[in-house]
Amino acid sequence: MKTNTNKPQFQLRRMVVLAVFMLLVVGLLYRALDMQVINQTFFKQQGDARHLRIVPLTAHRGDIYDRNGEPLAISTPVDSVWANPKELQVGADPAKKLAQILDLNQVQLQNKLNKLSDKEFVYIQRQVSPDTGEQVKSLGLAGVYLQREYKRFYPTGEVTSHVLGFADIDDRGQEGLELAYDDWLRGEPGAKKIMRDRLGQVIDDVERIRPAEPGRPVHLSIDRRIQYLAYRALKSSVKEHKAIAGSAVVLNVHTGEVLAMVNQPSFNANNRSQLRPGVYRNRAVTDVFEPGSTMKPFTIAAALESGKWHPMDNVHTSPGYYSVQGSAIKDMRDYGKINLSEIILKSSNVGISKVALSLEQETQLDMYIRLGFGVDTGSGFPGERNGNLRSQRLSDFERATMAFGYSLSVTPLQLARAYAAIANGGTVYPVSFLRQDGDIQGDTVMSADTARKIRRMMERVVSAEGTAQKAAIANYSVAGKTGTVHKFISGGYADDRYLSVFAGMAPASDPQLVMVVMLDEPRNGEYFGGQVAAPVFSKVMSGALRLLDIQPDNLQYVRRPGNATVTKGKSA
Amino acid sequence: MKLQLTLLSGLVLAVVLSAVAVVYSKHQSRKSFVELQALYQQIDELDIEWGRLQLEQSTWSSHGRIEEIARKKLNMTLPKANDILYITDED
Repeated sequence: MKTNTNKPQFQLRRMVVLAVFMLLVVGLLYRALDMQVINQTFFKQQGDARHLRIVPLTAHRGDIYDRNGEPLAISTPVDSVWANPKELQVGADPAKKLAQILDLNQVQLQNKLNKLSDKEFVYIQRQVSPDTGEQVKSLGLAGVYLQREYKRFYPTGEVTSHVLGFADIDDRGQEGLELAYDDWLRGEPGAKKIMRDRLGQVIDDVERIRPAEPGRPVHLSIDRRIQYLAYRALKSSVKEHKAIAGSAVVLNVHTGEVLAMVNQPSFNANNRSQLRPGVYRNRAVTDVFEPGSTMKPFTIAAALESGKWHPMDNVHTSPGYYSVQGSAIKDMRDYGKINLSEIILKSSNVGISKVALSLEQETQLDMYIRLGFGVDTGSGFPGERNGNLRSQRLSDFERATMAFGYSLSVTPLQLARAYAAIANGGTVYPVSFLRQDGDIQGDTVMSADTARKIRRMMERVVSAEGTAQKAAIANYSVAGKTGTVHKFISGGYADDRYLSVFAGMAPASDPQLVMVVMLDEPRNGEYFGGQVAAPVFSKVMSGALRLLDIQPDNLQYVRRPGNATVTKGKSA
Repeated sequence: MKLQLTLLSGLVLAVVLSAVAVVYSKHQSRKSFVELQALYQQIDELDIEWGRLQLEQSTWSSHGRIEEIARKKLNMTLPKANDILYITDED
């Protein structure tokens, strides 16, 4: 190997080249070390941030059922279509394709996307059916995504709208029981990690960080069937009598459960686009009115409980008016000498005023207070009003007018609860919109004997001699009281504007249900409570008694040969 | 020396085995995850179906519709009070 000694050795050049290679290797090694060890967390984070995303999982809102398990509000899965305008590819013409499937205006959609082109999140269409969602997905458009959401449906629509209220598009309770039990109904959203490709399309679910916690169902005390009867009867009555508004409440007298509660005018909770403010108010709970003559039985209750009065005690009502502190209290006509029972039967203002003024102020007012007037019913309904019951420094005239239901105001629900006390033998129960299964504690406010005597008096009101024959129900006995109330408008009581009220219970021998019906300003000629409100009571109550299988207590017996007694119904 | 060698080869074997076990369990976990995804998917589909059926049922069984059919199509009426016979045990 000595032949080429003349050849140049390039020793230096070789060293330089080698050194350069060495440096490169060291550099690479350092970079590798840097990425893999020293700054590993940082790079991993950056990488993940580019293709891993945490997305929320919408939780299912609890369903609402009636007392028999029929659905009143259910949440079903739907898809919301959204887009990231930055990722949209103009060439694919997304606006045109989406507009076609989603039935949107293409130009408007395009304008919207253009306007928001620097944003990263735009809803294209919320809450489309899963089928439509599938079609959108199959377009395979870059930057267009689906989001699972739940849409609230109210199968009974208008019939239950005031009681249920509604939840908004983000599943938050806004009104009514949806609002009252929102914490219970609402679920806890979960989260999951997804993997996306370079274009941002979701490739894979990586892991569930936490599953969505579904909301819990609610079982209401409402009976859907009775609710429907009440809705239908009230609606047709409001229409027939051209009333401004109306409310009806049916309570179970032994538990304080609300079996039905309806108002007119109503609205459809599934389609609230034409919602006028105020139309969603649950008037039976949020509006107060002066109860008028429907208050008289409670004044009688105070009188009987005081021990000073007995049902057959007489009161002189001649000459048909009575002057208290210079103000006159008037009757329809001169009833002469009548007893307590006849005061209820004929609805004598003079009679009841004299009875009330014979009592201590406290005796009279205590009865009203213990019956729950002036305080809420414990129902927990959002926006419930307490009504107005003053109990301090009352003049005799005010006290007398209270005896027949003026100078104080109540909600239809409060009135129903107080009537329930007469119906069940003297106990006031807290009102509940939830199905009650256990024993319920109430306050005893009058003796069972007093309650029974008042029911007897009120049975006469519904008989042929009374003011509310139209409240009668075939085969059942009914007890109740009518009210025709002059409306209080600015400046005083209107002569020609009325509230028509009926409060009643059935079967009178052992009441199970009480119902209050109130129509605001019937303007079609008839306005007496017995003409306008009583027929609604009869229609709803007869159906409810049949549906709940409550035994008739007022049958005409017809004996047939053999062992069985055949009982034939008689018409009312 | 012999002891050390045995120990070493034992440890090497253990490392190899645990590596294989890691691969296996990772594979299992992927498989289970895919299965889980499929089941979630199924829950979702069943939920959709359930909601649809509930709505359908409540539409068909709405009181208004039943009443309409009963009255108009089937010519049914509520029995009048004196058309009803109540049969009771004599007691």
